[in-house]
Amino acid sequence: MNPVNYLYLAAVLFAIGASGVLIRRNAIVVFMCVELMLNACNLSLVAFSRMHGNLDGQILAFFTMVVAAAEVVVGLAIIVTLFRSRHSASVDDASLMKL
Amino acid sequence: MNTENMIALLIAAPLLGAVVLLCGGRRLDRTGHWIGTLLAAASFVVGVVLFTDMLGRDAEDRTLSQHLFSWIPVEGFQADVAFQLDQLSMTFVLLITGVGTLIHLYSVGYMEHDERRRRFFGFLNLFLAAMLLLVLADNYLLLYVGWEGVGLASYLLIGFWQHKPSAATAAKKAFLVNRVGDMGLSIAILLMFTTFGTFAFGPVLSASAAGDTSEGKLTAIGLMLLLAACGKSAQVPLQSWLGDAMEGPTPVSALIHAATMVTAGVYLITRSGAIFNAAPDAQLAVVVVGAVTLLFGAIVGCAKDDIKKALAGSTMSQIGYMILATGLGPIGYVFAIMHLVTHGFFKAGLFLGAGSVMHGMNDEVDMRKYGGLRKYMPVTFATFGLGYLAIIGFPGLSGFWSKDKIIEAAFAQGGTEGWILGAVTLLGAALTAYYMTRVMLMTFFGEKRWQPDAEGNAPHPHESPKSMTIPMIVLAFGSVFAGGLFSLNESFAGWLEPVTAFEHGHPPISAGVIMTATITVMVLGIGLAYVQYGRRPVPVTAPRGSLLTRAARRDLLQDDLNHVVLVRGGEHLTRSLVYVDHTLVDGVVNGTAASVGGLSGRLRKLQNGFARSYAVSMFGGAAVLIAATLLMRAV
Repeated sequence: MNPVNYLYLAAVLFAIGASGVLIRRNAIVVFMCVELMLNACNLSLVAFSRMHGNLDGQILAFFTMVVAAAEVVVGLAIIVTLFRSRHSASVDDASLMKL
Repeated sequence: MNTENMIALLIAAPLLGAVVLLCGGRRLDRTGHWIGTLLAAASFVVGVVLFTDMLGRDAEDRTLSQHLFSWIPVEGFQADVAFQLDQLSMTFVLLITGVGTLIHLYSVGYMEHDERRRRFFGFLNLFLAAMLLLVLADNYLLLYVGWEGVGLASYLLIGFWQHKPSAATAAKKAFLVNRVGDMGLSIAILLMFTTFGTFAFGPVLSASAAGDTSEGKLTAIGLMLLLAACGKSAQVPLQSWLGDAMEGPTPVSALIHAATMVTAGVYLITRSGAIFNAAPDAQLAVVVVGAVTLLFGAIVGCAKDDIKKALAGSTMSQIGYMILATGLGPIGYVFAIMHLVTHGFFKAGLFLGAGSVMHGMNDEVDMRKYGGLRKYMPVTFATFGLGYLAIIGFPGLSGFWSKDKIIEAAFAQGGTEGWILGAVTLLGAALTAYYMTRVMLMTFFGEKRWQPDAEGNAPHPHESPKSMTIPMIVLAFGSVFAGGLFSLNESFAGWLEPVTAFEHGHPPISAGVIMTATITVMVLGIGLAYVQYGRRPVPVTAPRGSLLTRAARRDLLQDDLNHVVLVRGGEHLTRSLVYVDHTLVDGVVNGTAASVGGLSGRLRKLQNGFARSYAVSMFGGAAVLIAATLLMRAV
């Protein structure tokens, strides 16, 4: 199969993730959309690796996974704390940081 | 001792006096005035020694010079403290130190009751030093130092009685008006430096005479020098300060504002003769200024009731004669200087006489409150009378010889110009006779008109002490004989010729006719004054008078003119500048601040705290960057 198709898939996934981040209010869903964008990137990295015939993209994909795992830990902790203090997981409720 | 090295002594003696008296403090209060007088006399003695030495040399070999030190030695710019003593400087040195010494002596008596007498003598010595520096300098920059020095001394002495607001104001006025002239001198020096690359007398004057320089540049230099002369010598249009300068003590008026300092302008123009000879337009301006001032001062002098101000108007007018003569070129320089010297004698004598009258009359200056003083002050009357005869040009006395020569030279200018100038000088002679006769009649003749003042102190007119009358007598001798002595075999012209050049003028009418005309107008002036002030009693309060009289009493509206043109004009200028500052300059600055403030107020709203809207801008920015990158690639 033509590896370019994987790139199309990655673009679609990235677009879905990005629109989720912009549209959804629930922090958990926003978070999942962020993961979706990360994985779309991973997919395109691997596809490029295949297309160019070297392993750099695959190595970078591993790095992304590690970082994503660390991010999940920190992000979930923040969301849980936020929910505990506010009884809501809406990102729009946490809008105190403004002038 | 080598005579050349004595030149610096001339200046050093009065300078030492000024330093000692002004820094010496109160312990010198009892002796200070004698120290000052002795040092002035010492300077005169040095002057006489140098003079006899100069007489012993050949006419071509009479210029002495002394190089003291290099003042500003820079590459391409050489300013030296060096002196040059030639016949012209020598004449001034003798006049300044001679009359100066007499006036120091006079002041010992005149300022006897003034508790700041030591300081007064310090200032007088300072003046002598500065004035000698002015006439002895061998370059224009050092002359400028002396020029400023006499301005300072004049300021200090006019405002000597600074507790009187009128004196303080007069001092400031004199200083400020002089500043305008000084600016002319500094510009002239700068122009000389750019044109000739030097400002020493020798190179500048010989280069001007050589004719390689463009006439336009020389005219510009000449006009700036004329402006300087106008300021210092109280010529129209910078004449307004001299009348007010009479607020100073009378010896100051005699020394600085009659005999010496105000003639510095005549010295400057005569010294720069080569420049003016090569720039006929500047010369014409000099003649016009002289002629206008001659009549201006005489008219003012006719209307003043204040004896000192009447004499001040006369000074202005007589200096007008000198300036006019210098503008005539080589036929006039010698007579300008000759009139300057004789004027130094008789005008100083007249002022000292006026001071003596004031001394006996409780410092009253209004001539309408004098009258019949000849019985009370015989010596003052006699010396003042001789000075009077000299200034109106009574045949045989000093003023006759010098003024008659100027009138002749004016006619000799030739053409219409010569006739106009001749007529103006003759008219001036008639006016001189008129106003001086008026002063004489109002002061010494007629009935006594003084009354007790508000506190009941009636003046007791009395003759002044010896220290005051002796200088008056000496000056009266000068007033009588100096002119005749100078005219003997044209000795004065012969003496000055190597410095100023001299040509005989050829007036279109014979010298005898001119002399007759001079004497006729003099008699007419005396007669008119006698009809007005001798035959009828003089009213104690001044009558309203004609329009011209009233204008002349106000100095022909010169202060009003200055007020309207300069003060009001200046006020309008500053106001419009303030307006521009407030609207334009402040507008730009405040407008910038306001627009930055408004813009940031709008930008602040972007910071709304919603994470999703930040995300939108981030994605949007990323999208724009990618699009830009792709576009660049495509191109």
